[in-house]
Amino acid sequence: MRCPKPTRRSLLLTTLATGAFLTGGKFAAAQEDQPGSSDRPKKGDLLVVSEGERVGAVIAPGDVKLGEPPLHAWPKDPKTSVVRNGSRLNEILVIRLDPGEMDEETRSRSAEGIAAYSAICTHTGCSVTGWLKSETGDKDVLKCFCHNSEFNPREGAQVVFGPAPRRLPALPLAIADGSLTIAATFVGKVGAQQPG
Amino acid sequence: MTRKQWLLSGCVACTTLISTAAVAGPIENYSPVTQARLENPEPGNWMLYRRTYDGQGYSPLEQINTSNVKNLTPVWTFSTGVIEGHEAPPIVNNGAMFVTTPMGQVIALNAKTGEEYWRYKRQLPDDLFQLHPTNRGVGLWQDKLYLATTDDHVVALDAKTGKVVWDTKVQDYKKGQYLTLMPLVIDGKIIVGGSGGEFGVRGYVVAYDANSGKELWRTFTIPAPGEPGSETWTGDDWKTGGGSAWMTGNYDKDTRTVYWGVGNAAPWPGDAHPGDNLYTTSVLGLDPETGKIRTHFQYHQNDSWDWDEVEAPMLVDVQRDGRTVKSLIHPGRNAIFWVLERKPDKISYVTGWPYVHTDVWKGIEPEIGKPIVDPAHKPVVGKRVEFCPSLWGGKDWPSAAYSQKTKYVYVPANENTCGGFSGEKVALVPGQLWLGTKPEDIGLTLRPGAKHIGELQAWDPATGKKVWSHSFPKSQLFGSVLATAGDLVFVGGTNDRYFRAFDAKSGELLWEQKTNSGIMGMPVSYEVDGTQYIAIQSGWGVDAQRIQDALATQNIGVENNVPQGGVVWVFAVKK
Repeated sequence: MRCPKPTRRSLLLTTLATGAFLTGGKFAAAQEDQPGSSDRPKKGDLLVVSEGERVGAVIAPGDVKLGEPPLHAWPKDPKTSVVRNGSRLNEILVIRLDPGEMDEETRSRSAEGIAAYSAICTHTGCSVTGWLKSETGDKDVLKCFCHNSEFNPREGAQVVFGPAPRRLPALPLAIADGSLTIAATFVGKVGAQQPG
Repeated sequence: MTRKQWLLSGCVACTTLISTAAVAGPIENYSPVTQARLENPEPGNWMLYRRTYDGQGYSPLEQINTSNVKNLTPVWTFSTGVIEGHEAPPIVNNGAMFVTTPMGQVIALNAKTGEEYWRYKRQLPDDLFQLHPTNRGVGLWQDKLYLATTDDHVVALDAKTGKVVWDTKVQDYKKGQYLTLMPLVIDGKIIVGGSGGEFGVRGYVVAYDANSGKELWRTFTIPAPGEPGSETWTGDDWKTGGGSAWMTGNYDKDTRTVYWGVGNAAPWPGDAHPGDNLYTTSVLGLDPETGKIRTHFQYHQNDSWDWDEVEAPMLVDVQRDGRTVKSLIHPGRNAIFWVLERKPDKISYVTGWPYVHTDVWKGIEPEIGKPIVDPAHKPVVGKRVEFCPSLWGGKDWPSAAYSQKTKYVYVPANENTCGGFSGEKVALVPGQLWLGTKPEDIGLTLRPGAKHIGELQAWDPATGKKVWSHSFPKSQLFGSVLATAGDLVFVGGTNDRYFRAFDAKSGELLWEQKTNSGIMGMPVSYEVDGTQYIAIQSGWGVDAQRIQDALATQNIGVENNVPQGGVVWVFAVKK
């Protein structure tokens, strides 16, 4: 299930932590025993839907709509067909944005306005599941409900609110033979960082 | 051993070495902790979560008192280098202080000077989902310390060096199991309770042997089919029903009974788990030798509000109707101030009253202490329901205190809050949060015309009268309370970053000190070389920050700029 568009009021009242609305089957289908299922995304991997009715379907550029919440995805090895869902660190957010609103770096990592980021918050490793108006602006942002960190996907998922210490790692994308593919490995460390 | 195995074995040793970096240690002349010392702690030490097994949060030290507290001044501070909510009491044993931080660190300090002896850094898994990235302290036994971790292990450390003695996996963190509490130590048993109700786990309390880490017993807070109480559950709900036990229990050393608080049912809407749902939102009376449940009291049935009652009740002798009632006192998250009578095999209701505004309860059945619910304010699947107080309750986990001098109970309350959410049926995904509502649909509002939010309250449990209160107009109160024989009450918990001292009898504000961050930790008092100290960790985060973010939207002038980062503050009276 995707995050609905909330009203401003419900946005302002947003408080607690979760990802409770993730639908079933996400990890039930994990292929932990298959070689490569826990490997990080690799160049050339496809993206497949990780939740909802279309779980497992390859994501085509046309599946990602401007103005809609991000799709949750897993990488998939096109040669072995192994879906890399053996680690939650492989959860990916795929979103179509207005290229005119992207900064140069984000645009360079996107494909036809589609950008991808890690779905694991850099604060304490919770799942980033929200797509809501920011606490500090009028644009929708990626939100982690655990501790209310917000990330702007138009500017490399930099932190715009909350305790997260650094941006969500970006995953460069490309389009090859009509399919959305991963163009390079994650830019930055996925997940939380141990304190010094 | 093959070369590959040898290399792997070597790497494990390397990890251990890396995770325990000695700074100035080891601690010399460490005082081993015995059962006799835990049962009758020296006045200058703080070796249990609330100093004594009765959970009163009271220090008998009186060098710092109402006449000189105005001269209280910082004598040393120590930056932990860790952000997020610092909730642990500084534990002090004859001049050695041990503080824990979020992310599973333990720091050993000289309690007099702040010099660091050693630091243990838990190497947490990269894929850990830390909803409550915090820790509430180390337990002590003989020459070891015991840490419960968010990746669901219990670790024994050498108190002098910080080196790992044993490390026992409790359950699987990938399924939402985690630990945040300070272990309770009784007769060489390390007792902890599991967190994770919001992930749809089945709660439990478990004991380990202090020397070996071997599991001695495990008692689930939700009975399996056929066990007493299982008739209060429907179908397979017991497997995922919550009932976290994530706060340290208290202990009646005379009857050898452990009292442990148990959290809410999962998921939140009550009609998603029909029945009374024992032993959620309850206090359990446990046999520490076997873990057997001797008795229980359920604060409210079929919880639907996320009102976990995880803080264990205080053990207090209360004079009522001409007799001494050996009571359990619990200002509940459900807005009711409970006075119960404890006997080894039975907990009885004595009295209860709302200590903050609530619209959920129509009353309490006088004989059995069962709250009467107004169904209009009980969340269900398929509709939005509003209720007061908010889901953080009249008082969340931060602890109240009891003064043996004034005989009053001091409650860190939150008044005038309401909230609500829309219940929905959601499939459980192991390792993912499972609340029964969308997170963006959870609300926190203030009652119309509310003049304040946080309120430090003093109650006389013998009469049920509120003696005094101090209000905080623009902040929640989210910190534990310390009472002392100097007739002082200390508390942080507000978003203005202050640490405060009040006159225990009158409620007059006598002293305050602004700190680096907000205080959601637990104040303690101790003595070294004849000097009394007050210590607290300042470090805002977790639920205090969540409430803060919500209050900032209420157009009441609440700022949302509390900086994070942990610092140990230690105070003494300037001579």
